Amino acid sequence: MTGTNPTVAPSSSNGALATSVSTSAPGGLVKSVVELDRVVIRLAGDSGDGMQLTGNRFTSETASFGNDLKTLPNFPAEIRAPTGTLPGVSSFQLQFADHDVMTPGDAPDVLVAMNPAALKANLAELPGGGLLILDSDEFTPRNLAKVGYATNPIEDGSLEGWQTVSVPLTSMTTDALKDSGLGKKEAERSKNMFTLGLLSWMYHRPTEGTIRFLERQFRRKPEIAAANIAAFRAGYNYGDTTEAFAVSYEIKPAPMKPGRYRNISGNQALALGLVAAGQRSGLPVFLGAYPITPASDILHELSRHKSFGVRTFQAEDEIAGIGAALGASFGGALGITTTSGPGVALKAETIGLAVMTELPLVIVDVQRGGPSTGLPTKTEQSDLLQAMFGRNGEAPVPVIAPRSPGDCFDAAVEAARIALTYRTPVMLLSDGYLANGAEPWAIPDADSLPDLTTAVAFATEPNGEDGEFLPYLRDEETLARAWAIPGTAGMQHRIGGLEKADRTGNISYDPANHDFMTRTRQAKIDGIAATIPPTDVEDPDGDARVAVIGWGSTYGPIGAACRRIRSSGRKVAQIHLRHINPFPADLGEVLARYDRVICPEMNLGQLALLLRAKYLVDVQSHTQVRGMPFRSAELAAVIQDAIDIAGPDTTAPDTTAPAAVDPVAVNGALQ
Amino acid sequence: MTTVELGMPDAPTPIDAAIARSLEQHGPKLTELKGKDFKTDQEVRWCPGCGDYVILNAVQSFLPSLGIAREDMVIVSGIGCSSRFPYYMNTYGMHSIHGRAPAIATGLAASRPDLSVWVVTGDGDALSIGGNHLIHALRRNVNMTILLFNNRIYGLTKGQYSPTSEVGKVTKSTPMGSLDHPFNPVSLALGADATFVGRAMDSDRKGLTDVLRQAAEHQGTSLVEIYQNCNIFNDGAFELLKDPATGPMWTIPLEHGKPLVFGPDGASCVVREDFGGLRIAETNQVDASEIVVHDATREDPSYAFALSRLSSQDLRYTPMGVFRKVRKPSYEAMMAEQLDEARLQGAGDLAELLAGGDTWEVKA
Repeated sequence: MTGTNPTVAPSSSNGALATSVSTSAPGGLVKSVVELDRVVIRLAGDSGDGMQLTGNRFTSETASFGNDLKTLPNFPAEIRAPTGTLPGVSSFQLQFADHDVMTPGDAPDVLVAMNPAALKANLAELPGGGLLILDSDEFTPRNLAKVGYATNPIEDGSLEGWQTVSVPLTSMTTDALKDSGLGKKEAERSKNMFTLGLLSWMYHRPTEGTIRFLERQFRRKPEIAAANIAAFRAGYNYGDTTEAFAVSYEIKPAPMKPGRYRNISGNQALALGLVAAGQRSGLPVFLGAYPITPASDILHELSRHKSFGVRTFQAEDEIAGIGAALGASFGGALGITTTSGPGVALKAETIGLAVMTELPLVIVDVQRGGPSTGLPTKTEQSDLLQAMFGRNGEAPVPVIAPRSPGDCFDAAVEAARIALTYRTPVMLLSDGYLANGAEPWAIPDADSLPDLTTAVAFATEPNGEDGEFLPYLRDEETLARAWAIPGTAGMQHRIGGLEKADRTGNISYDPANHDFMTRTRQAKIDGIAATIPPTDVEDPDGDARVAVIGWGSTYGPIGAACRRIRSSGRKVAQIHLRHINPFPADLGEVLARYDRVICPEMNLGQLALLLRAKYLVDVQSHTQVRGMPFRSAELAAVIQDAIDIAGPDTTAPDTTAPAAVDPVAVNGALQ
Repeated sequence: MTTVELGMPDAPTPIDAAIARSLEQHGPKLTELKGKDFKTDQEVRWCPGCGDYVILNAVQSFLPSLGIAREDMVIVSGIGCSSRFPYYMNTYGMHSIHGRAPAIATGLAASRPDLSVWVVTGDGDALSIGGNHLIHALRRNVNMTILLFNNRIYGLTKGQYSPTSEVGKVTKSTPMGSLDHPFNPVSLALGADATFVGRAMDSDRKGLTDVLRQAAEHQGTSLVEIYQNCNIFNDGAFELLKDPATGPMWTIPLEHGKPLVFGPDGASCVVREDFGGLRIAETNQVDASEIVVHDATREDPSYAFALSRLSSQDLRYTPMGVFRKVRKPSYEAMMAEQLDEARLQGAGDLAELLAGGDTWEVKA
């Protein structure tokens, strides 16, 4: 062990609150337990090192322990880039706390780097004084040379600014497994479990879940299960007995609303929401999809739920995926297609057909970095205008977006509600961060989910005055057309992409009819606003003059930034949109209340463009397209500037306000 | 964990209810109907003299004999002249977008095995813009019948060459002649392992009806290539086969179980060649035992493929009839089986699903 800092002192690099409690450990060592309110850990290694698995296991343990948490997996698009190189570095960050957290954290408090590449790629983001755990076995001349280290950073003093603990993780793992019967190479692969064991000791995580998981995962290879469990236990025991770590940390469970919880990722929640929508509408779910990152997990998840009558169809391409879904909708199913931006581009023409044929359809776009193939594994919000306008002709489509991984469930149910009630394709815009990120999720009561059966009333009797069926006769309230499904006697009709005559649905080239139908289709979508809740505004002070408006996954970072601002004695309102088309009916009025409106987006200002166009509000756009979520400190700085420009708050009694402090430097506990 | 009764799984779903209702009130079976019963009130808008009229009439006249109710039949089409077909049929129908009809029909047929699903498409729609969907529909073997109207030209866009046009075709877009080698749709379908492949002529009511009937009765994807005359942009494209003087000479009628003898007085026949191929021979020059006896049910598609390769792009030696008809499980049936198998342990319970995985309780 070649650590530069033999005993690790309580970390408070990011302003976490720490309370030290001494305790004794076996072997005469005095180990202290430090109570923290929150920690951000980043695990970084080679793509083949199993960092995502390790992170997910640590997340599960942490969730079941009762901390609130948010995660940020970050991995390359290459399945296995050359070993030990920078492009091959995969990382997993999570923040967990004894209170509710809104983001995975701006920067880690603890960085685990499994090799020199992982160190090089991530060190810049570890604040000075942060805890750095390195696998010293991997710092070989060859691995150092691969990423351009002339000297070994463990030995050359360049890591002095951090609390560096270098531990021979690999060789300790192989030592622990020397009697396992596994070869050296195979034994080495368990080093991620050794690391997980060490971290589990450090943060007092429960271990039973991981042992159960490993037994389940390798039930057909009991020797591999045994080796991983042995490595996991060895890592835990190493933490307990080594002098390298004198301190372990305790993060108390976060107070949460009573109920049953599980840990859930966005893609998983979205898939469950679609199953629930099928159950609550009484319609069989049909998913037509083509594999695409980062949406494929929804296809995988739904394909496991055949006992709910869910049909999943892996199509030959994106177009066939949505085509089959629309065909199923025509037959009376809840048709769904899932994809990412490039897939939406291919599906555009079929979405137009769904607009014209006025059939229900849910299109899930798990957005990634663009344009073109872009950054397949990174997150972005740049498909908003594609979702809004990416079709020929006037083809309005409702657009909704979830704000957190768990919220993907509710958004999916809402998308189905709109699609079925209004007989329209609906765009559901998730993104890579929501899709792969995870959080504790309060399991909803299945009975209290929206009843969608009323949205599905198939036409079974002729509705025309002369006893004929008029497929384009509309419901007066929703403007939804009559929906008769094949197999219903006497209701035979033909629909298609050519312009429809009002009421009859026959082909019509009549100019007045086209104008009327175009406006009617738009009015139908606009009318959805009547059934959506008023704008969600969070303004605890009630008199903020600056508002931050966002949509989708920026909810967490914006919310964390607003907390920082408020804790510094300033006032800010957070407006977050679930419905982007149509907007809530009161949105224009809400925006007009504020002197300044800031709109942070992971694109170049797409929502801002819509807001400015629709409401003539001078929205200040703040944008970033780094493939990563916003950092809340950065957003806090932007909001602070806006508040400063807005000028002194004459309505607020300045004397009673706490002394203004720099919100950017404010306690990270507010993230 | 307690399970929450949704109060729904036992109740019929809206689809079940609609189907049950429609079974009760089912309209007359097609067997009790006449051709006029599935004419619609829509004016047919193909050019006068178009081969599509002949096909429409043939289909309308033969359908009653299938015994399917009108409401159980759905015709999905793409874009092109032929794709207007659904508007003229008193069944359910969708006139969709260019090339995508097989994909749309796949979703419909896969989720509604109770329906008779038909696709009407053309050479441009099915083989050019929709080529991918066509071959994948064929390999999956979803239960549907695809009618491919092949007129070897783009009609609706006023006369460009199509993927079945012969090399050197002079059109508006190829003033010096087209360079593309054409697809043989039957060969293509057989290459995709289609379980049913047939070919018929628009004007041959009897032959067309016979192939259509077999196609409709086939479980799985059937492809029927129908040679169809476009009298405006490619008039006389199939004249070699239609002309009573030349037709018999160049047409090889395919009849299951019959020797492949054709031409005036049966002067020509089909015999085996090296490498598994087939060739044309003069009947009086070969031993009767050398003449191939047509077997549409051969599992190996090589024979049917060899048959399809007898014809050249100028249509000489064109086999007409059913090339291949083999039994294979159809996609929607296997999909339904998987659903049934998954339900063996009981239908899905939503409350149980939501509470799946590792959970924990937060006490008040």
